[in-house]
Amino acid sequence: MPETKNLSYAESVNAALRRALAERPETLLFGEDVGAPGGVFGVTKGLRKEFGERVFDTPISESAILGGAVGAAVFGRRPIAEIMWADFSLVAFDQLVNQAANVRYVSRGALSAPLTVRTQQGNAPGACAQHSQSLEALFAHVPGLRVCLPATHQDAYDLLLSAIWCDDPVIVIENRTLYHAGKQEVRLGGEVRPVGGAAVRRPGRDVTVLTWGALQHRVLEAADRLAADGIDAEVIDARWVRPLDLDAVLASVRRTGRLVVAHEAHTVGGVGGEVLAAVAEAGVPLRCPPVRVGTPDTRIPAAPGLAAAVIPSAEVIAEAITKSVRAQGPSSKLVHPTGFDLVPWCAGMS
Amino acid sequence: MPETAALLAHLESMWRIRSFEEEVTRLRAAGDIVGSVHLCNGQEAIYTGACAALDLTRDAVFPTYRGHGWTLACGAPPHTLFAELLGRATGINGGRGGSAYLTAPGHGMYGENSIVGAGAPIAAGAALAATFDGSGRVALAAFGDGAMNQGAVHEAMNFAAVRSLPVIFLVENNHYSELTPIADMVRVDRLFKRASAYGFPGARIDGNDPEAVRQAVAEAARRARSGAGPVLLEAMTQRIVGHYIGDAQHYRPAGDLDAALAAEPIGRLTRELLALGATQAELDELTARVDREIADASARALADPLADPSTVLEHLYA
Repeated sequence: MPETKNLSYAESVNAALRRALAERPETLLFGEDVGAPGGVFGVTKGLRKEFGERVFDTPISESAILGGAVGAAVFGRRPIAEIMWADFSLVAFDQLVNQAANVRYVSRGALSAPLTVRTQQGNAPGACAQHSQSLEALFAHVPGLRVCLPATHQDAYDLLLSAIWCDDPVIVIENRTLYHAGKQEVRLGGEVRPVGGAAVRRPGRDVTVLTWGALQHRVLEAADRLAADGIDAEVIDARWVRPLDLDAVLASVRRTGRLVVAHEAHTVGGVGGEVLAAVAEAGVPLRCPPVRVGTPDTRIPAAPGLAAAVIPSAEVIAEAITKSVRAQGPSSKLVHPTGFDLVPWCAGMS
Repeated sequence: MPETAALLAHLESMWRIRSFEEEVTRLRAAGDIVGSVHLCNGQEAIYTGACAALDLTRDAVFPTYRGHGWTLACGAPPHTLFAELLGRATGINGGRGGSAYLTAPGHGMYGENSIVGAGAPIAAGAALAATFDGSGRVALAAFGDGAMNQGAVHEAMNFAAVRSLPVIFLVENNHYSELTPIADMVRVDRLFKRASAYGFPGARIDGNDPEAVRQAVAEAARRARSGAGPVLLEAMTQRIVGHYIGDAQHYRPAGDLDAALAAEPIGRLTRELLALGATQAELDELTARVDREIADASARALADPLADPSTVLEHLYA
């Protein structure tokens, strides 16, 4: 029975996990400290007590966690594995890229690996270079995987359920800065939607700003500030970077004629570049060169003052949007305050 | 004589694998099969004995890229394996797996793995599922001596131990980690002893004797099914061919290959059967029959159509 509750983001994830464990007896929930301790961020609190042996702690062994999830999924379970930090998934990337992603393809559908990996990523003050990365492009590069980044409390609930219900391996990338940052009304118990689909977070006329993950809150902050200057930005939350809802992006860009993609991940080789390429290939005419806003080519420093110089702020995003809207032609060059280029692209397109 | 009948069945299984690999060698030399191929000649007793001990209607085997023998011992039809290696539409995976990434789930064989040691945690996951689904399934993770130095194998063993998962870890110790002697890569080359560090039994068994392998795996499976947890079996064997087709094996010291040939399981079981009263004519009839079966399977596969490129994008997602 659908109901609405005032929940934190962490509680929204917890509610989705509780529903999955209650409605799908084949689900298992495991990872480092997720059982008795309830997770290092408190996200899985109470689930061990409620669901017993289906919720359990594992050794600090990411290959065993993800490999165990693959094997259990092939044999009819629906594992939800937690990788505490996205950075830690690299220890066991083999199990996602070489193993999970191949199961269905090589067996021509005779086998499948319906597993969900919950993880969280991104920078927060004081986090070191091995606890700060935004790695969605690595996952999204792999055919056979699906990847989402819920950024609202409602999506923390909805996208996780879509992931668990999906018969493919899905990576759900949360963000720890959101877990306990306030409560919102969340609708619980509604229909579980299929994967995919972007969401317009702020309608606008002048420029399309595509974003995902926690950075969207800075994008919305930037858009609100720009509204006072007469710039009406449309903010779209991709929500899923694989599959990417390109139709939603193209429809918006056809109206605005301008495109900014903002993500916390590194710009080079990032999903933003893929979006720009797809828009270019679709032949949508742009009134100015599209812009990527992301973290420049650097490792992520621990000191908050240093990290703030590279992780895109609302100011940097606002500046990029402003320059995009004010740009007169293909020659305009956008410069990051640190001196890094914001990577103007497709010179010559008007 | 039931004992002789069982041994003859082992001989037939081993010969089917040997004959298959020899035909693969011919097809590779002729250019019909392309790419890297890892043969299992000399190690047939392990697959034969282990599969004879398992209930493949519910148990699950996770071999390595040297897995043609495992797949045949699990009962997959040779024709579908030749077709797979030949990129035919009739291949057991429609040409998507190839030599080194076969999977035959209909026969209890859940995938070779070309990533050394990666099958061990997946086997632990299959065993994890068994602790919830009431199937009584035992998962057998097979890998070479070299895989014992992979982190994933260590993680899988500890994970299986701490959760008492029904897993049999079976090391095919052929003395070479690809081209390098395992003895040069470990301080303690009695690999089964690592089991005690994880808190479960380990044993070193004669991997050239299918009956010894069958008995050890049967006992390990019985134990695992009872809920007592994993076992590590180190089956001592040898390759009588290279790591891959074309490997000149210059790294093998003088006499090493001769010793391997003297110890390999088919010659040994043949001698045993003759001593037990089987006749040479009877054994010749057996091997000739299997050879015909293999030759027919190969010829059929060669005549089959190639896998259809228009299907190449299918089955990526549900």
